[in-house]
Amino acid sequence: MLRRIRTILAILFLGLITFYFLDFAGLLPDGFNALERVQFVPALISLSLVTVLVLVALTLVFGRIYCSVVCPMGVFQDVVTWLSAKFGKGSKGKKWSRRRKRFQFSPEKKILRWSVFGVVLLAFLCGFTFLLGLVEPYSAFGRMVTNVFKPVYMLGNNLLEGIFSRFDNYTFYRVDASILSGFSFFIGLVTFLGIGYLAWQHGRTWCNTMCPVGTLLGLLSRFSLFKIRIDTEKCTHCMVCGTRCKASCIDSKNQQIDYSRCVDCFDCLESCKEGALSYSLPKATKAKVEPLVEDASKRRFLIASLATTAAVGKMMAAPPQIVSNNNSVKPYKRLHPITPPGSISLAHFQQDCTSCHLCVSKCPSHVLKPSLLEYGLGGIMQPTVYFEKGFCNYDCTVCGDVCPNGAIKPLTVEEKHRTQMGKVVFIEENCIVHLDGTSCGACSEHCPTQALSMVPYKDGLTIPHVNQDICVGCGGCEYVCPARPFRAVYIEGNPVHQEAKAFVEEKKEEIKVEDFGF
Amino acid sequence: MDRRDFLKAFAVAGAAVTVQRAGAMDVMSQSMAGAESGKVDLVAVMGGEPDEMFRRAIAEFGGMKNFVKPGMKVAVKPNIGWDKVPELAGNTNPKLVTEIIKECFEAGASEVTVFDHTCDDWIKCYKNSGIEDAAKAAGAKVMPAHQESYYRSIDLPRGKKMKTAKVHEAILDSDVWINVPILKNHGGANLTISMKNHMGIVWDRGFFHQNDLQQCIADICTMDKKAVLNVVDAYRVLKTNGPRGRSASDVVLTKGLFVSPDIVAVDTAAAKFFNQVREMPLESVGHLANGQALGIGTMDLDKLNIKRIKI
Repeated sequence: MLRRIRTILAILFLGLITFYFLDFAGLLPDGFNALERVQFVPALISLSLVTVLVLVALTLVFGRIYCSVVCPMGVFQDVVTWLSAKFGKGSKGKKWSRRRKRFQFSPEKKILRWSVFGVVLLAFLCGFTFLLGLVEPYSAFGRMVTNVFKPVYMLGNNLLEGIFSRFDNYTFYRVDASILSGFSFFIGLVTFLGIGYLAWQHGRTWCNTMCPVGTLLGLLSRFSLFKIRIDTEKCTHCMVCGTRCKASCIDSKNQQIDYSRCVDCFDCLESCKEGALSYSLPKATKAKVEPLVEDASKRRFLIASLATTAAVGKMMAAPPQIVSNNNSVKPYKRLHPITPPGSISLAHFQQDCTSCHLCVSKCPSHVLKPSLLEYGLGGIMQPTVYFEKGFCNYDCTVCGDVCPNGAIKPLTVEEKHRTQMGKVVFIEENCIVHLDGTSCGACSEHCPTQALSMVPYKDGLTIPHVNQDICVGCGGCEYVCPARPFRAVYIEGNPVHQEAKAFVEEKKEEIKVEDFGF
Repeated sequence: MDRRDFLKAFAVAGAAVTVQRAGAMDVMSQSMAGAESGKVDLVAVMGGEPDEMFRRAIAEFGGMKNFVKPGMKVAVKPNIGWDKVPELAGNTNPKLVTEIIKECFEAGASEVTVFDHTCDDWIKCYKNSGIEDAAKAAGAKVMPAHQESYYRSIDLPRGKKMKTAKVHEAILDSDVWINVPILKNHGGANLTISMKNHMGIVWDRGFFHQNDLQQCIADICTMDKKAVLNVVDAYRVLKTNGPRGRSASDVVLTKGLFVSPDIVAVDTAAAKFFNQVREMPLESVGHLANGQALGIGTMDLDKLNIKRIKI
């Protein structure tokens, strides 16, 4: 019963989170971003104290329910493990033998667990968020979905579109199925294959070694009220429960369970023919707390890793991105990368973003992509704004609305209109009006505030005129500027976002047109 | 599309072009004999709602049946370039689009398709312009135009700067198409009307800007498959900061509508109308003269039989 409830809830969480990431057509209402906001690390980083307290309390009462139900990476592994049991080696035998000796108890890898935890924590505190983003389960899962699954999903959509539009039905429309960033795709694929392999072979190994959330919640779950308990009188040492435990945490021989690793999957409960296992409150008499082992080598390791991480963090200054030069007029380079609107500043964004890529997936204008070296090594994979495939919609606030970390703060439309993530720079030498003496105005056409406006030039032509104060850095001008190989306009990022001045509206004139005029 | 579909489409398109050519000849003979025979070259309407004005205008041309024959596939190409609501006059008025689609179906059209290659995100444009909903409610198909794969290459032998272009398949696969721009100020071209609206049937707009915008606008209008009608929406006019506009203060309520098969003439008329709102010398709207030079229409309104209607 408990196992069934767990399974249903877990599949709901995994399914909805995955679909929310994939859903480019907006089929799921915005409210589903709540499923991302209840993830542990995002809640912690965004200082959502209530969520963190609820998750901690949940763990203290019921154990690592978070890991078995809420965490999409955890549930993903359970799905892989289940598939492995069904289709993997040795699954062809009779049902009773199928999972025999599938898992076995193994001692806790305490040093490894806490070392990873320590390194990740220290790196984060030193402003090197990359490591946390790399192993933090929700972000790792999000990247996997955005960079690996989504292109496949998009291809599937395009296949359907092809079929439907042959019959003049345009319910489906073609979408861009390309991979946004080779590096993030690689990391996503490695995550998928690596964690997938571990889950296929060894169940929840990753959660109980590498995952910092698993380590932290494991510390709490030692003290949970409800636990799987072995009735030593009923137990016949048949060892079956241990072979069913995908966390390898039941020491059947000694009738002990390592609660720091138990993820409350309840698979063992049904395996015990003697009814010796129960998920229950402690018996009034026994209240045994296992002592935490202090380990000198662990401490040394932590100090050493602190030192290295601090050093690494210092080395990660952002090199500027250079546009290659060709046979054109005037090359330019962006001195500062552009961070999404609502991200406050480069520093804030780099500290708080764990690269789950939800904003990348959700941006309707396709202006966000995982960075490579735009932010330096420390910010690798964190989303950056670029204008190759589109420009930031003036009225759109999606990235801030979906960001579960608060790395991109939510903006109202009015705030968005005044948020300057960068400023336009105009290079007249590259402008077509100047070079060719022909009309253009594509930049001004796309400018929502007329920070780029067309003013009289010569021979009845008009040429862009810049007012940086009212520019929001949406990049419409840069995206559309037809000058090549070097554009005549580009956006220079603001390392600290500024408030754009409101543009001065023309006075509404009362113009009455009485006649045709010809 | 498989080969059979393609051949079929090809055959139908070919037939349609022949029909259309005949139509075009009619129009020319009309304008020659215009004044005497009473056949109308251009209709200008003022003072009504968009749908009402179009009904009056098309009646002057003898009804939509003179342009759309029973069974025809029709493409209607409004301007849906921007993520703007109708009140901000960035896009063609949805009421006008609805009325045109209705008239097409009443004339016996088998299918009406609506699309535009938008500047802002196409989903937002289609939705917030009110045109997607309006067109679907009127029974038309709304087709995406945001990916290159929706476009096919055509030759423009008469073009000066632009010799080929990739044009949206809704136009190429239609029997006839109707061009439904909105009259707006434009930072680059100074005005955007019917001729400029052709940029929304083409994939590579950057080419226009790179190769003399005003000439390329005229060049694309030399394509064989010309719109059978150009319907200029001047119900609300974007006076300044076009073609996108910043706020409601850019918009003037002028309640005008101009309809003609002659694209240069209808744009000239609309440009003169615009001059009452804000001065805009016709010479600065270079594509008009370029179009006339290429022989796709006339700027000389005095030679035309113009019907003026005030409601």
